[in-house]
Amino acid sequence: MPGHKRTALPGFRWSLGYTLTYLCVLVLIPLAACFAKASGLTWEQFWDVVTDPIAVAAYKLSFVTSLIAALLNAVFGLMVAWALVLYEFPGKKLLDALIDLPLALPTAVAGITFANLYGSEGWYGQYLSFLEPDGFVGHWFSANGWFGENLFTVDTRARGGPLSIVIVLMFVGIPFVIRSVQPVLAEIEAEQEEAAANLGASRWQTFRYVILPAILPAWLTGFALAYARGLGEYGSVIFVADGIPGETLIPPVLIVSKLDQFDQQRSAFKYEEAAAIAVVLLTISFLTLVAINLLERWTKRFEPTEV
Amino acid sequence: MWIRGLLLLFIFTTILLAGCSNTARDVRSAAEVEIVNVSYDPTRELYQEINKAFADHYKEKTGKKVTVTQSHGGSGAQARAVIDGLKADVVTLGLAGDIEAVAKKGLIQPDWEKRLPDHSSPYTSTIVFVVRAGNPKQIKDWDDLVRTDVKIITPNPKTSGGARWNFLAAWGYVAVHKKAPEADAKQFVAKIYRNTVKLDTGARGATQSFVKNKLGDVFISWENEAILAQKEVPDQKLEIVYPSISILAEPPVALVDKTVDARDTRVVAEAYLNFLYSDEAQDIIGRNTYRPRNPTYQQKYAAQLPPIKTFTIREVAGDWTQAQQKFFGDGGVFDQIYRVK
Amino acid sequence: MRNQDTGHSPRGNAVRKDPWFVRWSLIAFTMGFISVMIIGPLLNVFVQGLEQGLTVVGQAVSHPHALHALQLTVIATVCAVVLNVTFGVAAAWAIARFRFAGKAFLTALIDLPFSVSPVIAGLIFVLLFGAYGFIGPLELGSVAQRSANAASFGLIGLALYWLVSKIGLLAWFRRPWIVGAGLILAFVGFGLLRPVSEVQRIDIVFALPGIVLATTFVTFPFVARELIPVMEAIGPEEEEASRTLGASAWQMFWHVTLPNIKWGLLYGVLLCNARAIGEFGAVSVVSGKLAGRTDTLPIHVEKLYQGFSAVQTASAFAISALLCGLALLTLVFKSFLEWKNRQQLLATTSKGAP
Repeated sequence: MPGHKRTALPGFRWSLGYTLTYLCVLVLIPLAACFAKASGLTWEQFWDVVTDPIAVAAYKLSFVTSLIAALLNAVFGLMVAWALVLYEFPGKKLLDALIDLPLALPTAVAGITFANLYGSEGWYGQYLSFLEPDGFVGHWFSANGWFGENLFTVDTRARGGPLSIVIVLMFVGIPFVIRSVQPVLAEIEAEQEEAAANLGASRWQTFRYVILPAILPAWLTGFALAYARGLGEYGSVIFVADGIPGETLIPPVLIVSKLDQFDQQRSAFKYEEAAAIAVVLLTISFLTLVAINLLERWTKRFEPTEV
Repeated sequence: MWIRGLLLLFIFTTILLAGCSNTARDVRSAAEVEIVNVSYDPTRELYQEINKAFADHYKEKTGKKVTVTQSHGGSGAQARAVIDGLKADVVTLGLAGDIEAVAKKGLIQPDWEKRLPDHSSPYTSTIVFVVRAGNPKQIKDWDDLVRTDVKIITPNPKTSGGARWNFLAAWGYVAVHKKAPEADAKQFVAKIYRNTVKLDTGARGATQSFVKNKLGDVFISWENEAILAQKEVPDQKLEIVYPSISILAEPPVALVDKTVDARDTRVVAEAYLNFLYSDEAQDIIGRNTYRPRNPTYQQKYAAQLPPIKTFTIREVAGDWTQAQQKFFGDGGVFDQIYRVK
Repeated sequence: MRNQDTGHSPRGNAVRKDPWFVRWSLIAFTMGFISVMIIGPLLNVFVQGLEQGLTVVGQAVSHPHALHALQLTVIATVCAVVLNVTFGVAAAWAIARFRFAGKAFLTALIDLPFSVSPVIAGLIFVLLFGAYGFIGPLELGSVAQRSANAASFGLIGLALYWLVSKIGLLAWFRRPWIVGAGLILAFVGFGLLRPVSEVQRIDIVFALPGIVLATTFVTFPFVARELIPVMEAIGPEEEEASRTLGASAWQMFWHVTLPNIKWGLLYGVLLCNARAIGEFGAVSVVSGKLAGRTDTLPIHVEKLYQGFSAVQTASAFAISALLCGLALLTLVFKSFLEWKNRQQLLATTSKGAP
């Protein structure tokens, strides 16, 4: 048998066969159903649905909020990981364990508690009235304020607007960066740092030229994971966002609303349109995944070699 | 070893799965029957009471025990679910258009509307406004809604039946009542949606946004939902404002022929729907802030449900099929409103 | 995401030259960040849940709908976990212990459900098994339709077989044509698949099977992703040794492999479990939300939250507090398992610190 590697270990055919079958049945065929359904539209119809201004606004909203949330997580996550790995302080173990809460918590619960917290009478929201359109920050960014008039308007409400989506996406993404960076940070050889210090490097230089490159792949991976996580998030976002088409409507909500709309001409609910939007999302998710993998591979090439 | 336990668990679970999956054809004794009522959002409390009364009534009449299982959601969403296989014995949705959608798929006979009195709607409602205590923004009628300082809560007409009634009520105010040209109506409605601060998917979500999350100054709502909100949160002292004219909302009910024939529940389901027109049910309907069709009970609850001038959907847009197409379909009036940004 | 050594500073003896203001501001930031972003919401759930008093909490938790939702959630979770464990072990075994072409592609495919929005996860099963779905019930008398389905699916199977053979995966099988035949038959079977009759039709969408499918899909990669690095780190030496000593395949698996991956496996199970319990979007689309019949706990919470009486809101938060408690328990187990796993890795791999 050409290329067949005889190993001492059994079970290759069975394990691979089962893996492939399971993968096909549970993942590939259902996903294919999505594409198959979307193909019920003509190219023109498909294009219309997919480039509809509300859909485009939804994609943009999802990208931008996920990106901002992931960036914030990247920065804050690095800071938190740094403190957790390198310093000692009371309650550290507890805080460390709590980092994983967003992974264990149902998204709907996250949604209702954030809606409650940041609402106008919530524990946090009551202090955030300056973000409302009539508060001084909100006003500045609105169409009547300096920023909004001269640059672009930003809805800065802590609840209901895009900012609330960023906050909740940040919450669900907290563990990714921190958990990616922590092990790498913990393993950086003390000798390398000492050597750098002995050679006269300042703390900042040590950080910049020794530590940072070492953690960069893990940091980027964590960032990318947080970003990918934010892209598909549904359960928590629907409770905090207002759902206004064109402003705070995320693509999954658009899909659900298309499912519930009845097309008089075709006498059917708009599954094809929903599937079309799903296809776009799937393609983007898949490309993101590929990009993450490539990113991981690329940055691994620049890993500092062991001395 | 624990792996054996895992295997046993797997087998046990699979058997459990197989046993649990056939919920539609549960083996029941002849004395027990279950029917599913797929309804729209605001009727939760109404059907809770009606179902209890019906169970008692049916037990008295036939000796059989009947359980009515409820499902609630946006009217359009529920219609889709039924089409998709949700086993509904009866549908009690928010507008005829949604039941028509199910009928078009062959699940309900095409003449369903004629099978029961009053276009198959045993109760009606209307669209009113809910405002904060003391009505600080002084909202009295439709024209106040388009003021720039007014923030509105109303659900998304694409998914909520109630929202579509809201839309048509606003449209009808201009097109039917004021007899103004359509362009004016469109502008009017556009202004209303521009003032809308949150577009929930269902009527209940919108009620929650207004009442719980305290968003908006005015909530365009089903009358029954408005009164219920007032009752449920007395400390907020919400007020109901009846506009000068509104739309007569006629939420219909229907038997899902395909399901009742498959499940052999036609007799029970018919009895259930007929029960809705009975005195007892009409009383419950009035008590739950819906407007009964029966004039005796209309009078009984006249204090809570004051007379209001209304127009019907037929005056606004012919029938629901036309209304759906014109206003809520792809590229329809609602889409056009949101496209202009 | 393997959280390995974070319990103590590995450079206890090394000179920590961070300036004090950096140190203190980072510590303060960490405490503040975690308090605001994590502890705050957690506390909020409990406080809101208790707002109407303990009797309301008791009523909410013991309500028949809540209990049924709990039952449904548990069943769906157990099924998803068990199914995904079988997959995870199989996949990890194939990927970590053998070399074959297309391994990277396979790994990427395993990660795919991670990036799929939960709503889409629900949608695809509705598209497949809904009343008007691809595999859903067909109208009577459409033999032509069924044959066309069978043919087209058979073609897909053929295409997949061709693809697989091109990648070279087939070379590993002794009789590749069996694989091909099996694949195509499976697809043709799908095309022909239909309920035997109305009476015996099994509802998939809007019933338990659909919920199980959606939950399994969403939690698909968790176990595999945990097991693969663990098995790669441990290395095949022990298993190979046991084989040369005459152990049968099962003996090797049960007595050598499983004990080694025990903690990693449990860790994956834990993650899978937590995600399955909390899944909302996919189940939302696929379950029909029949109160007391197809509601899972998160959906039940949503329904309660949508009621506007203060009692209902408090009930929503009360049940959420329950779920939070479960989440916290998950965290406790997670820490324990990580510690155990770390111990094991240190003991069995050459990476153990001297």
